[in-house]
Amino acid sequence: MSPALHSMISFLQTWWVQLASGVLIVAVVPLIAGYVVLVERKLMADMQARLGPMRVGPHGLLQPIADALKLLIKEDIIPDDADKVIFWLAPVVSMTAALVSMGAVAFGPWFQVAKDINIGILFILGVSSLGLFGIVLGGWASNSHYALIGALRSTAQLVSYETAAGLAIISGLLLAGTLQIRSIVDAQQHYGVWFIFLAPVAFFIYLVASIAETNRAPFDLPEAESELVAGYMTEYSGFRWALYFLGEYANMIVVAAVATTLFLGGWLRPFPNVRWLNWLDLLPALFTAAVGVYCVYRAGKQPVRVQTLFMWAVAALCFLVALILAATLLVPLLQAARPGLLGAFWFMLKVGGYIYVFMWLRFTLPRYRFDQLMHLGWYLLIPLAIVNVFSVGMAMMLESEFGWNRWLALVVTMLFTLLAAAFLLHLNDKRTAAASSAAAETSDSYAG
Amino acid sequence: MEGLLAVFSQAFILQCNGLRFMADESKPPQSPDSAKPESTGASVTPPEAPKSPTAPASPAAPKPAAPPPKPPVVLQVPLDNDLTRRYRERFGAAILDALEDRKQPYLVIDAAQLAEIARYSRDEEKFDLLVDYTAVDWPRRERRFDLVAILYSFPHNTRLRLKIPLAANEEAASLVSVWPVANWLEREIFDMFGIRFIGHPDLKRILLPEEWQGHPLRKDYDILKQDDAWVRENLGIESGQ
Amino acid sequence: MHDETTQKQNTLLGADELVINMGPQHPSTHGVLRVKLKLDGERVIASECVIGYLHRGVEKIAENRTYQQFAPYVDRMDYVAAVSNGLGYCEAVEKLLNAEAPPRARVIRTILTELQRIASHLLWLGTHALDIGALTPLFYCMREREEILKIFEKYCGARLTTHAFRIGGLQYESYDTFEKDVERFCKDFERRIQEYVDLLTGNSIWIGRTRNVGVLSTEDCIALGASGPVLRASGLAWDVRKATPYAAYDQYKFEIPVGTKGDTYDRYIVRMEEMRQSRLICLQAIENIPAGPILGKVGKVLKPPPGEIHHCIESPKGILGYYIVSDGTTQPYRVRIRPPSFINLQAFDKMARGHLVADVVAIIGTLDIVLGEVDR
Repeated sequence: MSPALHSMISFLQTWWVQLASGVLIVAVVPLIAGYVVLVERKLMADMQARLGPMRVGPHGLLQPIADALKLLIKEDIIPDDADKVIFWLAPVVSMTAALVSMGAVAFGPWFQVAKDINIGILFILGVSSLGLFGIVLGGWASNSHYALIGALRSTAQLVSYETAAGLAIISGLLLAGTLQIRSIVDAQQHYGVWFIFLAPVAFFIYLVASIAETNRAPFDLPEAESELVAGYMTEYSGFRWALYFLGEYANMIVVAAVATTLFLGGWLRPFPNVRWLNWLDLLPALFTAAVGVYCVYRAGKQPVRVQTLFMWAVAALCFLVALILAATLLVPLLQAARPGLLGAFWFMLKVGGYIYVFMWLRFTLPRYRFDQLMHLGWYLLIPLAIVNVFSVGMAMMLESEFGWNRWLALVVTMLFTLLAAAFLLHLNDKRTAAASSAAAETSDSYAG
Repeated sequence: MEGLLAVFSQAFILQCNGLRFMADESKPPQSPDSAKPESTGASVTPPEAPKSPTAPASPAAPKPAAPPPKPPVVLQVPLDNDLTRRYRERFGAAILDALEDRKQPYLVIDAAQLAEIARYSRDEEKFDLLVDYTAVDWPRRERRFDLVAILYSFPHNTRLRLKIPLAANEEAASLVSVWPVANWLEREIFDMFGIRFIGHPDLKRILLPEEWQGHPLRKDYDILKQDDAWVRENLGIESGQ
Repeated sequence: MHDETTQKQNTLLGADELVINMGPQHPSTHGVLRVKLKLDGERVIASECVIGYLHRGVEKIAENRTYQQFAPYVDRMDYVAAVSNGLGYCEAVEKLLNAEAPPRARVIRTILTELQRIASHLLWLGTHALDIGALTPLFYCMREREEILKIFEKYCGARLTTHAFRIGGLQYESYDTFEKDVERFCKDFERRIQEYVDLLTGNSIWIGRTRNVGVLSTEDCIALGASGPVLRASGLAWDVRKATPYAAYDQYKFEIPVGTKGDTYDRYIVRMEEMRQSRLICLQAIENIPAGPILGKVGKVLKPPPGEIHHCIESPKGILGYYIVSDGTTQPYRVRIRPPSFINLQAFDKMARGHLVADVVAIIGTLDIVLGEVDR
């Protein structure tokens, strides 16, 4: 055998799991993102007293497939004077950054493409930041004055809020002491409590910053339909637009995964160390089985036979998953699989909960104007995040150097942070009052 | 919306066809003397029915005598209250007439003093709101247009109408400096009637496109001018309408 | 989706001014309205509204229809609040005829007009909130509006362009469960208004987007002729229903909500409170609808004596005025409609100057214009 072929085979033998996971991510994540879009539409409809997609598939379950097909067969329009290469490249960059950063996300102790990468969180943050290039290049390549302005605005917003997000993450990293994802979750198990209870201010800062990072309402002015400046996505249609759109939802999943890992206990069940709550381990199987039962119930109410069969298929899938999850508990041989499978379930449940909060805020709150948005980021969130980092570090030092009780230290420093937050809000109110009294006279404080 | 526009465009065409027939019919002027009970727009059937071949054998009954014409109803009464006296004192002959119609007072004033009367109305008589400003076309009159300004006073809670007769090509003073709301209102009067206003900052058409020919609310407006011009320009033929 | 053209012009000072165009088709101009904005960077320094895209020549049509034939046309101007338009027109012609609608007709007219006011304000609230980014109030408002439109449909067969009234009174008797329907709606509505208040009134983002945006003082309002909630938000408690009562408004107790600063937030509060007051009027009215005829003695052929009349009502948008000139024939000689939206829109330039481009959408929304009325 030739040495080249030999080395290729040995490469594959070592890395086949990672390669397969990579292919799986690229294949599956867009589909998952599509279904997250469907969930958003159904949730939006539910909160708005209506039904949402109902026609395509039972309860609209095939809507994402239909939308993807439609976008694929749409005419590919490229503006005449646009830079063809960059126009093609921009959405690809955006999507790629989101997918690559998903490679380092651990969906449970077993499922991580970049297995046990020691710079886990940093890798995710860094690579997802590269998605900004996709936005700027898209705006520039559209050859439209207003698309460029919209792109620059989006970028400015993303950069500002990434700073705040990064500072908020640092508190979690201080508590964990490491960037490696598995160790962070193990640290939360060791502490016995999720980091959200140890550093709640950091969690809320990260929540707000991550909404702004993914261009979601109330921070979606650059891409809102009713605004004058069109936004970087205007000239994109068909599948290119779909790439941007799916990149945005993939980013949402990544950001939710980071928050879950750092603050919500990763793949740990609630109260991981409390023995008498071990029956909580049954919840994943029960939950999935309940979803299956609901699908069977709804199957009976479908108007068309093919939809009934589809619902039965979904129900069967749910029961299968429930069976697997229960088997890890009940069958002693499969005990070893317990942390992996159950952990994946809890992780996805928490990610789902975080994304639910994103969607809930989107449907409830109006939009910030761009200058108000930037002010919130720079004058409110970043100073608060800095104070928070300082206070968490202070708490850890009080515990280790001065022997304070951990909880006491954390509570004291959190009170200090809240005081700082109140002060910042007070300054904010004063500023808005001053600005309103001089509203029409001041010149614009930032370039378009 | 499309349905509404279709209905309207059809209605417009129908009405314009109606206009061409009506251009010859006489429209009674405002003077109450000519308000005859029979002057409807419908054609009046002649008293003798045309003999049909299957006329009944019995002779036609004699036509009943027409009822005597009712006296015309005149609802405009001269007005002489404090307000009109104050105006007459101040402007004398410029107040051509002061009448009250169905309990609503109005003054007929001279166009030459329009700006002063307006300013006086706003400042002294406290008519601070110009509710409406429009025109009416009486083509058979010597001064064919009637500019009508409707004023309202917040302090006194009273309304007053000012009517300004204008000749066909006469220009009126603009009221924009007195009541800024007159800006668009005067533009609309210009658009619909062709009355120009001296001192208006930007007198151009407001509701119709810039290149529209004619002024629609005039009674002798020819809608088909537009169609003729367009067909001549774009198709090079004479419109058959 | 967006229709924009840009031209850069160098002024004498060498600064670049931008003229951008919010085209006739735009998601937020609520109809075919074109707004030309002159910007300095991000701030509006001048603006011009170009209207006329929906001009249908209603006033000219009026001269060729009989008085009764013209009544349905009037609905199509402010198509969001058709019943108010019909009320103004029918009352104006009744004044011209020196006739009066019987008491029962007046009360039912009042109830329907107040329901229409609620419906119009609900549509305004939903679309205004949507422009500012709140996605959900629109659907809640539509749900409430649906109930009102059902009542209209049961009454006269139409939901939007209702032609509900006739000259001299009403054509249709109120249907059997009319009082019950209105009462059920009004009882339910208080809770719904509270939903909107919870979503928006105290919301700091909403306040941030609407406070001090598009300020119009009372002097400016009167000078520019702005009326309705725009005038009341600036501080002047004036309402045609109280100043010169018409229909049955003098029989009912209601308050005039007033703002303080005349900004977008105050206009929002005034319209919310107006909905509450309309609800109270409806509740008072249905308690005691007098029995009697619904159509006064006006005859089939209407030939008002020559003369003219001017009549104003308070439509949801402002003062709706009808100036009708009769020459003694069955067709009016001149009908002039004073559209509140047309005159309120004139104030847009004054309100928009000095604000950011993102506020322009909020200002157009807060004026509550309906292009059918602006252009007629």
